[in-house]
Amino acid sequence: MTASRPKTKEFDVWQVISWAVLAMYALFLIYPLLKLLWAAVYVDGSFTLEYFGQFFAKKYYTNTIWNSVKVSLLVTLISLVIGVPLAYFYTKYEIKGKTALQVLIILCSMSAPFIGAYSWILLLGRNGLITNLFKPLGIQLPTIYGMRGILLVQALQLFPLVFLYVCGGLKNLDNSLLEAAENMGCSGVKRFFTVVIPLCMPTILASALLVFMRAFADFGTPLLIGEGYRTFPVIIYNAYFSEVGTNHNFGAAISIIAIVITTVIFLIQRFANSKFQFTMNALHPIERTEVHGAKSFFINLFCWLVVMISFSPQIYVIYTSFQKTSGKLFVSGYSLDSYRKAFESADRAIPNTYIIGLEALAITIIIAILIAYLVVRRQNRMNDTIDTLSMVPYIIPGSVIGIALVIAFNAKPFVLTGTVAIMVIALVIRRMPYTIRSSVAILQQIPISIEEAALSLGSTKLEAFFKITVPMMGNGILSGAIISWVTIITELSTAIILYNLKTITLTLEVYINVTRGSYGIAAAYATILTATTIISLLLFMKVSKNKEITF
Amino acid sequence: MSVNIKVVDALKKYGDNTIISDLSLDVREGEFFTLLGPSGCGKTTLLRMIAGFNSIEGGDFFFNDVRINDMDPAKRNIGMVFQNYAIFPNMTVEKNVAFGLKNRKLPKEKIQEQTDKFLKLMQIDEYRDRMPERLSGGQQQRVALARALAITPDVLLMDEPLSNLDAKLRVEMRSVIKEIQHSVGITTIYVTHDQEEAMAVSDRIAVMNHGDIQQVGSPKDLYQRPANLFVANFIGRTNIMKGKLKAKDGKAVLILKSGHEAVMDTIRPEEIRDREVNVSIRPEEMVVSTDAETGIHATIDDSVFLGLNTTYFVHFEDGEKAIIIQESKIGSILPKGTDVKLNLKTEKLNIFDESGDHSLMTGVVNDLDQYRKKADAV
Repeated sequence: MTASRPKTKEFDVWQVISWAVLAMYALFLIYPLLKLLWAAVYVDGSFTLEYFGQFFAKKYYTNTIWNSVKVSLLVTLISLVIGVPLAYFYTKYEIKGKTALQVLIILCSMSAPFIGAYSWILLLGRNGLITNLFKPLGIQLPTIYGMRGILLVQALQLFPLVFLYVCGGLKNLDNSLLEAAENMGCSGVKRFFTVVIPLCMPTILASALLVFMRAFADFGTPLLIGEGYRTFPVIIYNAYFSEVGTNHNFGAAISIIAIVITTVIFLIQRFANSKFQFTMNALHPIERTEVHGAKSFFINLFCWLVVMISFSPQIYVIYTSFQKTSGKLFVSGYSLDSYRKAFESADRAIPNTYIIGLEALAITIIIAILIAYLVVRRQNRMNDTIDTLSMVPYIIPGSVIGIALVIAFNAKPFVLTGTVAIMVIALVIRRMPYTIRSSVAILQQIPISIEEAALSLGSTKLEAFFKITVPMMGNGILSGAIISWVTIITELSTAIILYNLKTITLTLEVYINVTRGSYGIAAAYATILTATTIISLLLFMKVSKNKEITF
Repeated sequence: MSVNIKVVDALKKYGDNTIISDLSLDVREGEFFTLLGPSGCGKTTLLRMIAGFNSIEGGDFFFNDVRINDMDPAKRNIGMVFQNYAIFPNMTVEKNVAFGLKNRKLPKEKIQEQTDKFLKLMQIDEYRDRMPERLSGGQQQRVALARALAITPDVLLMDEPLSNLDAKLRVEMRSVIKEIQHSVGITTIYVTHDQEEAMAVSDRIAVMNHGDIQQVGSPKDLYQRPANLFVANFIGRTNIMKGKLKAKDGKAVLILKSGHEAVMDTIRPEEIRDREVNVSIRPEEMVVSTDAETGIHATIDDSVFLGLNTTYFVHFEDGEKAIIIQESKIGSILPKGTDVKLNLKTEKLNIFDESGDHSLMTGVVNDLDQYRKKADAV
């Protein structure tokens, strides 16, 4: 028998991980943002508000704030009006081909927004398919360019987010609540508005914030379809690229204004959300009921109409990718020429897409799981700080992150611009908040005693984590990873600022070819992207146990 | 190898909140020891300090002579059974049981042998390839126990292991647990708030309240001679009444509020003097009769027939109420409103001082006293 041991301070591996994560955020988030702020107010050795003044002096600029906020709010509203009833119908009633419906809804959300914009131009633009169909009949369709077009494209692109969120929320709604309401004489439409919507309010608000942030940060759509209707991300992009050399001061100033706006919106959402503090856990989830007659007809019509309209542009893009082209114009007949041309110049874009995407995905998941663990299981001040920091990119538009990274890493001591690394870093930082949130949610479901059991059975802390906790989180992580993957490969707003010829990706190729007017090649690239998405989704469905997709 | 566990002056704080202070405890080698108390009394906290999942703010914890305060939970060689079983849902039954053995890097044959042994012992051999979600609560419980024991731990810790089971299974599992513990002969600390469960399985019980141990002793000691009013109340059911103690010719006479007097032969001589006391009379320590000449006068309020026994709810002349349990007899149950006489089984009564903190009886066993005396000596 040994005598009592001297007291030793235990070496805690999680403490080390905390420090590493904190250092990572300091270098790749705080440092770039401070540099950005610095660039906006400090020029040639003196403090100045000149660039902010420049912005607010011209109506040309200030109008874009109003434009952006207006269009984003309207998009949010329309997405909710489409997405919430759709989610309710999908959860509550038997809908014909419900699995196909769900897959299509997910696919609608899984294309880069500007591909939607571009396809709607192909359909409803000045020379669009549908426009031309109606022309001989003497019917002039309303123009798709401007705010109307942005609303159409973004709402049809973003309502699936509301759908997925609210479906998740409805899953936690106990059927007995609905039955109780009916029992007390509240059913049908009245029940939907007085019981279902209030109970889903936290989820609805969360999806609303997400939709707003996406709409606000999207610059591809307004650039392609907005024409005279200028929005904020467009001028950030223009300001950035019109500057010569490394002087990004004006771009930096606008970026700061953008962050202020998104922060205000975020705080408003927080405030609204604080009015709905409750948790639900459904013992008896809602079961789908059969509907008949007119009711069934209208419910099915609504669901399928919405989905088909949203999905039609993608189908049309795929169709045009097989059309014959002559120069930049489509001519009658079919060929694989567009693909041939696409592959000729795709020797970089295709491998880049998968290499950058997979690297970013892997790093995001690993770090997100570690952070989730720190936040849930090791609550202390340092890890709370990490938690807050990790949410910061959620409210910062992608292009702003891109600019901040360029400003921070285009000069010594850290030169990263033009490398694959900086593309990966940008994607990881942008995707992290979502993956952390979902990992935290999963981890909170796992009782801590499971890990303690492993520890008491002789595992080390890391072994317990990797052998027990991570596998238990597995399926949940997979559900989040599929969305992450698709978001990463279709990401544009940050990549457009950071890319160069060496790091070009498929999404960038689509965008570049659309702006060049090479619609055939763009369609071919877009089709390759869509195919990748569909294959990923099918693979996921095969591997995943619960077939659920979460954010 | 089994160990004895010694806790000396344990201290647990959450921030500025002291949960446990100056707690000392001895668990003998091979003993089935239970921490019993109401929820929030600190019993699980103490168990988790022993397991190494809660930090220890002060005091010393020993397994035999080894101080374990700063030892990693993984190195304490503890088998633990959790309230929710904490079965790894991503592993089969067999892999769950083998998990701890694999961590010890034992040879493959040894792992297999040991796993088989405990799967058989717990009679879950046939489910070895099943995933945990396809097991019933009782089966999961068996897996948890097999897994904890397979590593041949020095100590087995169980945190309310039966609280998630239905009543019938709980009774069945507690005899399984007791049997296994005896056959393996491992020092066991068991946490529960269910006093009946504690009595059924334990060699000794520590009754806890507000972070303090009230009494340590065998189930019989605790039930028959509780050290204070809290223990009397917590273990079993009892009627508490105020009364007076009078010294008459060197003998103690108990006078109840009703005026009924009883000579007590079981009071410690040094405690015999005129004083106010608390009297604990268990429901079975009173005999009901309708024809007795003497006894305390009471009236039946209600009765519940439970088969073996019948419970009577009565009130005394001063309005105070009591519960009485009698063996059921053939014939009718005494109807409401019946006037009866109650006679006391005086040798079974327990009398406490006015505050209720100390028993005045002879024969009180409290293993905690050894620490108190030490503290007094200092």
